[in-house]
Amino acid sequence: MAETTRHLTVRIKRFDPETDSAPHWEEYQVEAEPWDRVLDVIQKVKWTIDDGLALRRSCAHGVCGSDAMRINGRNQLACKVLVKNLPDNTIRVEPILGLPVIKDLVVDMKPFFDHYKSVMPFLVNDEPPPTTERLQSIAARARFDDTTKCILCACCTTACPPFWGDRKYVGPAAIVNAHRFIFDSRDRAAAERLEILNDAEGVWRCRTVFNCTEVCPREIKVTQAISEVKRALLTGDVGEIDASAETAAAAS
Amino acid sequence: MNNYHRFDCVIVGAGGAGMMAALEASQRVGTAVVSKLYPTRSHTGAAQGGIAAALANLEDDSWENHAYDTIKGGDFLVDQTAAEILARDAVECIYQLEHWGLPFDRTPAGKISQRRFGGHTKPNPDYDPSAPPGSPNARPRVPVMRSCHSADRTGHMILQTLYQQCIKQGVTFFDEFHMTDLILVDGECRGIVALEIATGQLHVFHAKSVLLATGGFGRMFKVSSNAYALTGDGPAIAYQHGLPLEDMEFFQFHPTGIYRLGILLSEACRGDGGVMINDQGERFMERYAPNLKDLASRDVCSRSIYQEVRAGRGIGGKDYVYLDIRAETINRFGTSPTGKPVDHRWVESRLPDIIDFSRTYLGVDPIREPVPIQPTAHYAMGGLPTDIDGRVLRDETGAIVPGLYAAGESACVSVHGANRLGTNSLVDLVVFGRRSGRDMARYARDHDFKPLPPKPEAASHAKIRGFLERPRNYPWVKLRDRLQHVMMDDCGVYRTGEGLERARREVASLKEQYATLGVQDKGSVFNTGLLEVLEFGNLLDLAEATVASALARTESRGAHSREDFPDRDDSRFFAHSFAFRDGPDSVRLAYRDVDVIYIEKDGQRQPKYPLEIRKY
Repeated sequence: MAETTRHLTVRIKRFDPETDSAPHWEEYQVEAEPWDRVLDVIQKVKWTIDDGLALRRSCAHGVCGSDAMRINGRNQLACKVLVKNLPDNTIRVEPILGLPVIKDLVVDMKPFFDHYKSVMPFLVNDEPPPTTERLQSIAARARFDDTTKCILCACCTTACPPFWGDRKYVGPAAIVNAHRFIFDSRDRAAAERLEILNDAEGVWRCRTVFNCTEVCPREIKVTQAISEVKRALLTGDVGEIDASAETAAAAS
Repeated sequence: MNNYHRFDCVIVGAGGAGMMAALEASQRVGTAVVSKLYPTRSHTGAAQGGIAAALANLEDDSWENHAYDTIKGGDFLVDQTAAEILARDAVECIYQLEHWGLPFDRTPAGKISQRRFGGHTKPNPDYDPSAPPGSPNARPRVPVMRSCHSADRTGHMILQTLYQQCIKQGVTFFDEFHMTDLILVDGECRGIVALEIATGQLHVFHAKSVLLATGGFGRMFKVSSNAYALTGDGPAIAYQHGLPLEDMEFFQFHPTGIYRLGILLSEACRGDGGVMINDQGERFMERYAPNLKDLASRDVCSRSIYQEVRAGRGIGGKDYVYLDIRAETINRFGTSPTGKPVDHRWVESRLPDIIDFSRTYLGVDPIREPVPIQPTAHYAMGGLPTDIDGRVLRDETGAIVPGLYAAGESACVSVHGANRLGTNSLVDLVVFGRRSGRDMARYARDHDFKPLPPKPEAASHAKIRGFLERPRNYPWVKLRDRLQHVMMDDCGVYRTGEGLERARREVASLKEQYATLGVQDKGSVFNTGLLEVLEFGNLLDLAEATVASALARTESRGAHSREDFPDRDDSRFFAHSFAFRDGPDSVRLAYRDVDVIYIEKDGQRQPKYPLEIRKY
């Protein structure tokens, strides 16, 4: 890949609800360095050509989850795609699919967060806690490590064909966050969460397309997490690790 | 009117401090959190290496050690009662977070795992004052494993856990509402005004108590680890109303930012054994901090990098050095925290995100090669002055503003003094977020709502209308670039009177031009151009206070390093600065004594933490 300045044609799907009846494509010409992020390219358009271009962004290094968008037809965080890795000098940028567009690249995230909230995404344990930490073995902690990485960017859910077809489906991100608690040895509400996900709009809507896993910017094995939840529903087993036995073994 | 809301408590900002306060306040009184970002986008989530608490899970430690390190790390500008609260409450807060489900890494015994971090020490049990310099026994203090962690995404876990608990508790959020004004009447706070980003409408939030937890303002510098959103809206708006900003001259540059981009590479890299290397392959920190070396405090490390670069020992003679976390390097220098050799799998398990950032943004694989780094503007020690319950101070006498609170990076308690220790920002958020939440709820219970003035949104409305009505006569982004350049060059790691004077003039000139700006987008819905201009205005005001405070402090202390005044001057500057707006473009400064704890020793009243020359 050439390490020189590239002249890019940036095609952005624009929509202003105050003036437009439908979205349309606009084209911009921008110079970019190979190590620039696509986010930098879009902001260059905003800062030098049209400050009305609407997008969300904050941390700019892939941890806050604000700038999920469809870049060349694939859901990505604009701050994690580098110009040097673009296949050619034209980029297409549009909002993620399946959520109502508010303006330009900004979509209404409320339905997404409502699905997330519906799966009890919080630790439930009413037993009186010890005066220090609850103990958890290294293996028990590792059991749900992958799904703790989720940043709620919505890349997975809005890349999911069943979600496109049925917006009531809770979607992969919500299941990932349910998984994070179902398999946490300290949690006591796995059965309730599994009941929620056993619903017609729950985990069985997943057709194992793997789009979610392919687009996850945190490289979470989303499809695998969903499969583990399905298996737990079928077997009633959340694969609990006997933490006390392990701890005793480690201490000896 | 739909745009009028009434809550006992209103919290501005949904990062660690804001949500911690919300969890406390909402158990007691009606509470709303107003945030310009969705809560999980807040920059607390970018914190990496850990949160300190003297749990002593892996070795002996005590909260007293933590308090001492905090005070010394802050070059003695730390308020000592507050530092002791920080260190003591940290322990309880960590257990609370764990009980809420925070997935800390674990020790083999199943306890919360802890790692080393810069400036966190304990007395050396083998200390021998007569030992030859450089020998292990010659070090009076040694690094301690105090930082509780979840790989290198501890902040992410804290932010997620707090948001999860807020959902569980049914906390009310107003997401993507940008604060434009504080409602202050007769010196009391009665609410805020905020712009609903999705509609462009102004909303009035009537409250008995308001907490400002809007985070930092590192975006005034060119190279910064901070998110775009970190524009200091809370402190700036308070300052515009004549309230003071404390210790603004102290801004921390983190030594290990990714070259040019400024993205943070956690201090945990060095806590876990990584070292900084110059062009000659030397571990240069051995010269600048013979005892703690790469685990000296951040200000010391950042200055050392500048010294190396100035001496021509930057990589290839350029303005950066290397951070080396390769297993073979850790083993060669014997810097493994466990004392046992490590392999690359161990490094990857401890620092997965750091490794990913370097691979993504530099194309450098830290497992195989060293990473180019340079200091990056990271953390504001200064901010809104508060007492230990988060109550905002009106002036240097310690009088408070009834109903107004601040916590987190936007506040200055002061527990960080002239230089914050790594991990202590997260401790600050939870400890003082919690205390503020409790006290603002108590205040709300003890008081009635007081009437609002007529049209409290009028000033915000006029300001916004101005930007929308004026034509875009000048690309305002260029003005912001100028601010970021001058702050980086003249108000950065090293400062001089001449450079600061240049910065003062530049900021004044930018403020003049700011008043004439217009935005291109005249719409109401998601007008992010307008938002950026409003945020830029806040940065300009904070830069003004920063430069004025730095000009007046003719000494070097912690992160404030004056080349024309290289020594610490306790006779004149053992005090916090308070910067007030004085007319449209001048700043008035006042000073407040540092809070010192005295103890009885040998029949005499003595300071508990005697001043010492800070060496690492």
